Amino acid sequence: MAAPQKGRRQTGAPGKPGRTLILFLIAMIALVGGMFGAGELTPRLGIDLAGGTTITLKAQNSPGQANAVNETNMNTAVGIIERRVNGLGVQEAEVQTQGTDNIIVNIPKGTNSEQAREQVGTTAQLYFRPVLTLGPGDPAAQQPPPAATPSAGAGESPDAKPSASDKPEEETATAPSDAPSPSETTQGRAVTEDLKADESPSPSAPASDEPGASEPPAPGESAAPPADPATEKLQADFAKLDCTDDKARGALGDAAKPTEPTLACGQNDDIWEKYVLGPAEVGGKDVDDANATINQQTGQWIVQMDFTGAGSKKFQTITSKLSQQQAPQNQFAIVLDGEVVSAPSVRQTLSANAEISGNFTQESAQDLGNILSYGALPLTFREETVTTVTAALGDEQLHAGLIAGAIGLALVVIYLVLYYRGLALIAIVSLLASALMTYAIMTLLGPGIGFALNLPAVCGAIVAIGITADSFIVYFERIRDEIREGRTLRPAVERAWPRARRTILVSDFVSFLAAAVLFTVTVGKVQGFAFTLGLTTVLDVVVVFFFTKPIMTLVARTKFFSGGGSWSGLDPKRLGAKPPLRRSPRRLSAPIDPKEA
Amino acid sequence: MSRLGDLGARLYRGEVGYDFVGKRKFWYAISILITITAIAALAVRGLNMGIEFKGGAVFNTPKTSVSVTEARESAEASSGHDAIVQKLGNGGLRIQVTELNTAQADKTQTQLAEDLNIPKEKINADLVGPSWGEQIANKAWTGLGIFMILVVIYLAIAFEWRMAVAALIALIHDLTITVGVYALVGFEVTPGTVIGLLTILGYSLYDTVVVFDSLKEGSKDITKQTRFTFSEVANRSINSTLVRSINTTVVALLPVAGLLFIGGGVLGAGMLNDISLSLFVGLAAGAYSSIFIATPLVADLKEREPQIKALKKRVLAKRASAAARGESPELAYDGPSGPVDTEPDDDGDAEDTPPAAAVAGPRSHGGRGRGRPSGKRR
Repeated sequence: MAAPQKGRRQTGAPGKPGRTLILFLIAMIALVGGMFGAGELTPRLGIDLAGGTTITLKAQNSPGQANAVNETNMNTAVGIIERRVNGLGVQEAEVQTQGTDNIIVNIPKGTNSEQAREQVGTTAQLYFRPVLTLGPGDPAAQQPPPAATPSAGAGESPDAKPSASDKPEEETATAPSDAPSPSETTQGRAVTEDLKADESPSPSAPASDEPGASEPPAPGESAAPPADPATEKLQADFAKLDCTDDKARGALGDAAKPTEPTLACGQNDDIWEKYVLGPAEVGGKDVDDANATINQQTGQWIVQMDFTGAGSKKFQTITSKLSQQQAPQNQFAIVLDGEVVSAPSVRQTLSANAEISGNFTQESAQDLGNILSYGALPLTFREETVTTVTAALGDEQLHAGLIAGAIGLALVVIYLVLYYRGLALIAIVSLLASALMTYAIMTLLGPGIGFALNLPAVCGAIVAIGITADSFIVYFERIRDEIREGRTLRPAVERAWPRARRTILVSDFVSFLAAAVLFTVTVGKVQGFAFTLGLTTVLDVVVVFFFTKPIMTLVARTKFFSGGGSWSGLDPKRLGAKPPLRRSPRRLSAPIDPKEA
Repeated sequence: MSRLGDLGARLYRGEVGYDFVGKRKFWYAISILITITAIAALAVRGLNMGIEFKGGAVFNTPKTSVSVTEARESAEASSGHDAIVQKLGNGGLRIQVTELNTAQADKTQTQLAEDLNIPKEKINADLVGPSWGEQIANKAWTGLGIFMILVVIYLAIAFEWRMAVAALIALIHDLTITVGVYALVGFEVTPGTVIGLLTILGYSLYDTVVVFDSLKEGSKDITKQTRFTFSEVANRSINSTLVRSINTTVVALLPVAGLLFIGGGVLGAGMLNDISLSLFVGLAAGAYSSIFIATPLVADLKEREPQIKALKKRVLAKRASAAARGESPELAYDGPSGPVDTEPDDDGDAEDTPPAAAVAGPRSHGGRGRGRPSGKRR
């Protein structure tokens, strides 16, 4: 600042301010037009301002889980549910415990509450079990089972026959909105289940709201090698099992123990199939991360799972064993909450990752990936009530915020006008451009990524007024310094720019760094806020570079500013420029002293 | 404006100015005092954490015609805490109040029943857990930590490590003071507060970076001249960017002040207050620390460098010889943290010399700014 550097090559050529401005205006018009085109004229409001849906989940005490509903498990569940619902985007769902066994989930208005309900209730017990027997799901149906002969690409994870249901919400057996199946981990229940009333081929019993009542284990039962009574019973039950019956399927989940063989159902191309499955070899805990991706070969959505270190060792063991078997024993079933989502066959030893394929849509694949990423709930929950809830903060908070913002903006404008006179016009127009763009982008991002404006974000946007104005001040002060050096306006504008630009970029980079780190690391409200901060910072740079600077270049050519009139804010005399002064005759006007706050 | 513009020019040319670096010990002391007060307030009074962090009591009422506002006022009056009131789909109300012990909860429940005209047994009371789990708070802390590390690395690359360290100290200073104010005032700490605090991160550094930028420019070829010590150049940097610092701070504070005094003042307590108070205190502290703490710290650190030490010696020697030859005595001011800490004059003599790497300019004299320069000179 002390002085211009010697030998600076950049004098900041004026460039083509007109063209830049036109491009900027086109972008702005496109944004605003997009807003009208999308029919979204106001940003989506966050849960604190708009309210939403509140879901009360009650933890279930299942037999053998007498002490499972405790504070630790409840808090773990809150954490997992929170990550799941917020994994859907910038949602800011709130999750808290109520009393000893309830969890309240508040979901903002305008988000897909159905989707969120599936996310919160699903227990997400995931197991990889070898397939022992496979048959058509409906004993009455006299059709051969569809041949499951998928091929695994070399060195790839097996690709399964599509067998996951099209949409998770149609899996009535495990649909959380209906009744999440209880977790299978801690149930001291026998493998077999007397499936009464299941001989009728057509489902007669309506889907109950709760998982089938548990049955006492048949006497003298235990996990046992094949060809013992238990296995025979399993086979007998398998023969009787009717997978088209919701209730029968619901009962299966209860009966499953990861360490013992079990029966399971799964849909393959909308046709139910039934399985006898061996003990679980790999579990959900072995999955490190799961993501929805598109299979390059088939163009279908799949869920790709990465295993943890221990998980991949186990997976290697099971796949090497299975790859030497005959069909259907070379298949392993991926069982989620008691239901087979897919049963790929294994051709070779695999280790690092696996994928679940099926008739996924992008959304259902992402949902499943999201659920698997955050692990299984330690408890089973039943949805007690679902009801709307009004905003936690009254409207008056938002109104007051907006009024305060308007007053703040007015104060900034007054201050700028007093201090910078004519230059303030440029600052005000730039501020308005920035405000308009922020508004349009926030509005468009509502449906785009589920961005919701909460009160902190509103405050963030108001504070951004000041931060944006700072960039103009940095630039204006630089210009004035150049004029003090005795330059005329046009060279001053161009010479000041490279130096102001550097300061603006460094400062804004720091702000943006803060926003980026917070956005990456945090969740919920803080993430929404970080997003706002990052957005306004980027827009600040965009507006200064592509709007303020070109305008400055243009006005420098006008008589009003380059003449250095007393109202232009660029009067060399007033700025105490060094002689020789290129001065136009100046009216003597009483100087106004702005009050410094 | 003319006088201010003129003052800006004189500050720019270094004719007037306040000796920020020379007086740094005084300002350090003030900062340390404020910081100690803040830490003491934290230790003694602690923070008043809101329901989102601590959980509290929740009262669910049956269908009622009572308005949300009435219920909130009643709950806040009877409990003395912020209350969150929401209308449920069934027409009932959900009223959440921060941390109440059983007796208080019972009292609030009775009071609510009375005010809302609902039989007490119809209002079910329960404990509610924090909706802002530890996870969110922990993640915010993690983010803060990662940001600090990254920003130090970035500033060390963009400027130099000394500036990075000074900026970090200033940032921690700002955050401490802000949190301390909450402990003193006793406002409830809500997610809004935390978010306000996180906003300060970027902003506190914004001002600092502006000053550093000018300092970097001013001290580019500092060892090739013998006119000024580093501390003097640093001081000039502060003074020449003073107008900018003041303007950016005022402009940033105005909207926040609007939020705090208008939004909060009219409405009383609420999220707006929580956010804007932390912002207001943080921004003010950030502006202060960029001028009085960060840059003097850089000067302190720089003056330990052998080259800069040698420069100081040369500068002082040159001045001494000039004085001996009877030229206009230019007062040397104390180079910080030398082995001998001499403070030749205490009245913050402004430098009256042209810029460090100046293009030729007339030498101007005078301008003894005491404290704030009174720009009434024309």
